[in-house]
Amino acid sequence: MSDVSLMVNGKRVSGAAEDRTLLVHFLRENLGLTGTHVGCDTSQCGACVVHVDGKAVKSCSMLAVQASGSTVVTIEGLANGADLHPVQAAFKEHHGLQCGFCTPGMIMTATDMISRHPEGLDEATVRAELEGNICRCTGYHNIVKAILAASKTMSKVAKGKAKQAA
Amino acid sequence: MGIEGVGARVARKEDKRFITGAGRYVDDMVVPGMKHAAFVRSPHAHAQIKKIDVKKAQGMPGVIGVLTGKELKADGIGNLICGWMIHSKDGSPMKMGAWSPLAFDRVRYVGDAVVVVVAETKGQARDAAEAVEITYKELKAVVDASKAMDKGAPQIHPEADNNLIFDWDIGNADDTAAAFKKAAHVVKMDIINNRLVPNAMEPRAALGHYDKAEDHYTCWTTSQNPHVARLVMSAFYNVAPENKLRVIAPDVGGGFGSKIYIYPEEIVCLWASKKTGVPVKWVADRTESFLTDAHGRDHHTHAEMAFDEDHKIVGLKVETQANLGAYMSLFSSATPTYLYATLLSGQYNIPAIHANVKAIYTNTAPVDAYRGAGRPEATFVMERMMETAARQFGISPAELRRKNFVTSFPHQTPVIMCYDAGDYAASLDAAMKASDYAGFAKRKAAAARKGLLRGIGMSCYIEACGIAPSAAVGSLGAGVGLWESAEVRVNAVGTIEVLTGSHSHGQGHETTFAQLVNERFGVPLDSVSIVHGDTDKVQMGMGTYGSRSGAVGMSAIVKALDKVEAKAKKIAAHLLEADEGDIIIENGTLKVAGTDKNVPWFQMALAAYTAHNLPGGMEPGLKETAFYDPSNFTFPAGCYICEVEVDPETGMTEIIQFVAADDFGNIINPMIVEGQVHGGLAQGIGQALLEGAHYDNSGQLLTASYMDYTMPRASDLPSFKVSTSNTPCPGNPLGIKGCGEAGAIGSPPAVINAITDAIGSNDLAMPASPSTVWAAIRAAKH
Repeated sequence: MSDVSLMVNGKRVSGAAEDRTLLVHFLRENLGLTGTHVGCDTSQCGACVVHVDGKAVKSCSMLAVQASGSTVVTIEGLANGADLHPVQAAFKEHHGLQCGFCTPGMIMTATDMISRHPEGLDEATVRAELEGNICRCTGYHNIVKAILAASKTMSKVAKGKAKQAA
Repeated sequence: MGIEGVGARVARKEDKRFITGAGRYVDDMVVPGMKHAAFVRSPHAHAQIKKIDVKKAQGMPGVIGVLTGKELKADGIGNLICGWMIHSKDGSPMKMGAWSPLAFDRVRYVGDAVVVVVAETKGQARDAAEAVEITYKELKAVVDASKAMDKGAPQIHPEADNNLIFDWDIGNADDTAAAFKKAAHVVKMDIINNRLVPNAMEPRAALGHYDKAEDHYTCWTTSQNPHVARLVMSAFYNVAPENKLRVIAPDVGGGFGSKIYIYPEEIVCLWASKKTGVPVKWVADRTESFLTDAHGRDHHTHAEMAFDEDHKIVGLKVETQANLGAYMSLFSSATPTYLYATLLSGQYNIPAIHANVKAIYTNTAPVDAYRGAGRPEATFVMERMMETAARQFGISPAELRRKNFVTSFPHQTPVIMCYDAGDYAASLDAAMKASDYAGFAKRKAAAARKGLLRGIGMSCYIEACGIAPSAAVGSLGAGVGLWESAEVRVNAVGTIEVLTGSHSHGQGHETTFAQLVNERFGVPLDSVSIVHGDTDKVQMGMGTYGSRSGAVGMSAIVKALDKVEAKAKKIAAHLLEADEGDIIIENGTLKVAGTDKNVPWFQMALAAYTAHNLPGGMEPGLKETAFYDPSNFTFPAGCYICEVEVDPETGMTEIIQFVAADDFGNIINPMIVEGQVHGGLAQGIGQALLEGAHYDNSGQLLTASYMDYTMPRASDLPSFKVSTSNTPCPGNPLGIKGCGEAGAIGSPPAVINAITDAIGSNDLAMPASPSTVWAAIRAAKH
């Protein structure tokens, strides 16, 4: 057993975990953050994507002890109180989800993708970047639409903020 | 239509919990004292169990119980069954072998459950499962249905000689033979429909909780039809009587058919909970899902189609071998028979059809209905045949289809179905226009200049949804009725709960069903809640599959709404001192037509519950129930056109454009319908290009993870061009046909027709992977 100490969704948390415990299981079972899902055993499906120190990570491919000391954001921590994150709002508006199981991972991947492409995204880039996230319901059509729309919204907001700052 | 009513593109009510991580799936459930199960599964495709030694496992850390099939049998737990009786052409009933939830004498496929371990943690359960020692005597295995009936093939069940489950006929053999005799042309093909793994993103899971004080069981399970699960587990598996068993299917992460069936694991978790005295949870890992979820398709077919001199179809002969795997899953017998061969008339006038289907045991995972279930297999046969015929005759594939379309309705086919409404030419025209079919030659020439082979292919599918009526399916062998139930509860403050036997696992019922209520009473969507998935809340229902929730489930709600409306109008008429025939409901208000007299909806509801001033003899309250049994199937149909570019150097296919023109009858929420089509298309294109379950000759599943089974990724697919036309279904009050499976049914032949058009060879197996396409190109050259 090892002690694991993390900042998760803005709160400091700690607990003991077996050395073999994956970050995803620590989040789900120790912290009760069940929005992060497990959809495969081989790090292909992306249902478990969270942000670790600002980067999208498959939480099934990292041990909890490895993550100790890191700052983690999960799907539960993405919205600002009652205000949905623009990516969450876009998934709803554009019907980018059906059964909802892959959705948390998709949204966490999408927010990371958008932040890595401040210049904006096109359809081919979004599709290529979704390589590590599998959805069986939507055929990706509306997920791609939602990510492109959120990217536009967020770049407008960013430009607005930059203008204000200037 | 209001902004939240029927036909409106309303964003989904259920989305909020899913996009914030607050969905509640079975694996998210925690019950006090809950422990974890791991299954020991057969590593062999076919073997005798000589000895099971659990001693070492019992002594492992955290282990609470290690349970075997012998103990399960001793407690009277029954075998799993197939609930649809098919009789062979000689009149004999299908030959169903025994399927124990835990195997005790013989294992018949890799993944067959043998022992369950219950332990404090998931890790400890798995560690102990590895310590269970089972001695097997390996037997010869067979995985290919076409070889399972050969002399010398291993006998899988003593009940089924030569592994033949049934040998079933439909149509008229004599008429068909006569039609072939006078035919001017005959087109012949051998067609394989590849085996698929459904792969809902949420793996199957079960949580069984036995309450000793109440002698009562609760099962949380990943089910598309919790009521059927309760019925079957009570009536056939002897888990508990219905009043002592509650089944809850909470948020379920996709099903596509694979979560219709009752599997060994939920039975074992309930039984093990009583045995060990703790709640027991099991969650499949992805490889367990690959090994044990019911697979789909796996048909080998020889088909012959006869035409007259004018290229009109005069007859069709089909012989199909259906691989049903090692055991008969719950509805496995219906898929290659009444859901397949009854659709072999396609969209066409065919005066004589004869089909023979042999269902065969093999040492592979059970095969059952998967998105489309039989209809994709029928459509693939018909639309590959039509395309091939057009190529042989040297005429346009569109014109050959148009010439043979059914154009007057109702249309009785020679294979049971009576098509009620449709306009197949309208879908064909819409798809050809949307795909700029006329401009294809130019695009092909432009691709050729880049060294690429461009092809175009179409598929005109028809399917049958909302299987019904119950008496008819009963006469065909179904063990259940296929109606649906609804209860509409108007609360004292006017808010409304709709209880439905349908189950949503991605379809958006919480939104579309509420739209129906909004349309009727004008109450806002936020004041309508849809309740489903819990046998303690909803009395009975048949669940969601076969695109039945709209046509059947919503029709039941309409019937209950009719009753609520009638009583509400009576109450309003009494309150307003008017004639009930003069009451109209508009925007949440009950009005006396032509006057300004009115009573708001909530006041009428309150009056129903205060009961201070009700019409004489009227019971208080406002709650109505309805059961709806449709009079016929519904018949969605459409035309899909796929355009591809193939790189002849690599065999790589790129889908440049995919057009879908569907007729689903009336539509409640176009946004959700389009989403259903997109998802279906991805699965159909996945079947055509990427997906295939492969067993080696010893019965090992070679494609048992996402490293080996190619799921469609975003980069494999284009954005789709979808549209709908509408011939309302005359068979139900909403005119709905159903849209859940169309995409998966219509798309595979469109893709394969496009690739074969591109490469100039008609011989191409699914999945048309780069190596397969490359080899087909090479073979055509030599």
